[in-house]
Amino acid sequence: MWMEAIIMEYAILIYRDESETDVDWAQREADYDAYFKQAAEAGILQNGPRLGSSETATTVRVRGGESLITDGPFIEAREQLAGIFLLNCKDLDVALDWAARCPGASHGVVEVRSVWPA
Amino acid sequence: VAGLTAHEALAAVFRAEHGRVLARLIGLLGDFDLAEEALADAYVAAARRWPEGGVPEYPASWLLTTARWRAIDRIRCARTHTAHLPALATEMRPSTDDDCPDDVALAAVGDDRLQLFFTCCHPALGRPVQVALTLRCLAGLSTAEVARLFLTSEATVSRRIVRAKRKIRETGIPFRVPNRDQLPGRLSAVLAVLYLMFTEGYVATRGPRLVRDELCEESIRLARALHELMPAEPEVTALLALLLLTDARRAARRTDAGELVPLAEQDRSRYDHRTITEGRYLLSRAVQAAPPGPYALQAAIAAAHADAPTAADTDWPRIVGLYRTLRVVAPSPMVELCHAIAVAEADGPQAGIVLLDVIAAGETIAVSHLIHATRADLLRRLGRTGEAVAAYESAIAAVANNAERDYLARRRDQLIDRDT
Repeated sequence: MWMEAIIMEYAILIYRDESETDVDWAQREADYDAYFKQAAEAGILQNGPRLGSSETATTVRVRGGESLITDGPFIEAREQLAGIFLLNCKDLDVALDWAARCPGASHGVVEVRSVWPA
Repeated sequence: VAGLTAHEALAAVFRAEHGRVLARLIGLLGDFDLAEEALADAYVAAARRWPEGGVPEYPASWLLTTARWRAIDRIRCARTHTAHLPALATEMRPSTDDDCPDDVALAAVGDDRLQLFFTCCHPALGRPVQVALTLRCLAGLSTAEVARLFLTSEATVSRRIVRAKRKIRETGIPFRVPNRDQLPGRLSAVLAVLYLMFTEGYVATRGPRLVRDELCEESIRLARALHELMPAEPEVTALLALLLLTDARRAARRTDAGELVPLAEQDRSRYDHRTITEGRYLLSRAVQAAPPGPYALQAAIAAAHADAPTAADTDWPRIVGLYRTLRVVAPSPMVELCHAIAVAEADGPQAGIVLLDVIAAGETIAVSHLIHATRADLLRRLGRTGEAVAAYESAIAAVANNAERDYLARRRDQLIDRDT
């Protein structure tokens, strides 16, 4: 159909529970590698950074010209932002489908956001 | 369409096809507002051209094609300011080589509105938003009507719908018929849509008529289609049972002149007993799978009313018990009110008034006329005539449906006549 050629950009945000134990990191690494390989082969992946744990986070606020710097992430929650990447998809259903296949959706939570067109 | 004037034909197409054409347009454009505006343009064009040029053979297709072109015009106007125009204009020109592409497109969606309801109830939207959007855009209810059904304000409903349309547009929620495996996740919203559509038909929010038969009939038709699609879902079976058991009383609810007849005074020989039998059978099947959900409980209440040979025979203690469960399973101001009415019948008017006072203390704007009317009736039975008349006045001031207002005025006047 005449408008379906338009491709939208979606940000996939992975949140994970940093307190989880007994993680088979080699297995998880392999899961992510396989997932990103699939997405790259589908031609939809724009790689994003893998983030350090929230212990490495420093929060900055500037109020009235004063810079206030605090240790730790902005939101204290069990699930913390662990990674971001971008996907090019035809519509939200396709993006949600890819999000569901992301290993992060199974061990944590994945959030899908639309990205403003440049 | 044959034999109608152009304007009658247009009105008929609007009633029968509006939701379908709009849904198809939304699917094509990915933008609710643009689709609505473009379709409105197409209606204007039809009103201008059909009287002279004749009604087209496929009016719905004509509207869809015209609306598509209008949408492109609108996009062009908007894009002129953004300099992307030349590329987009060629990309978006719809193909004109095939004879009737829009007819094929409509057939692909199917004329089953049910599919469209499932389409509109996308899980990326919150459930109340799914239901409000579907009622407003596909079931043909006004914002005011949707607000009353949600027991909330018109402003809240408009805000929800605006936000939903924005999310659909900005996040690219596709307006596409879902796969079969996606249906169960969307079921509860679709059930709510059908239930509320029927409710609006059964007691219209405002206007001259008490009952909008076409809404009742369409919601039952869709509930039947849904039951055929998912015969093993207990709440689907229960909803169809509820609608049938309630609808069976429709003829007895009004006089030939269209006046409202309260439950206690209804001529029960005018109930549709075949429909009651069918509703009962469906209900018995629905409750085999325990525990009963909100629709099964309401169907059981409707069945208790339908079963009583006279109003005096009504098993009120049983109905009170069912409402008590419903208050836990699906609490709402309306359920509280109905519970109070049932308690008043079972334990006397004073017990009912105590409960009404509790309800009136909460947030109940949308049911306020019913609270006043109920209080008036209970006060009347207690012989507190002056207070009863005042309560009727409050109810009359708050009600928006003419038949309900006339009924309340009659009750008030009877009280005044008897007293003087």
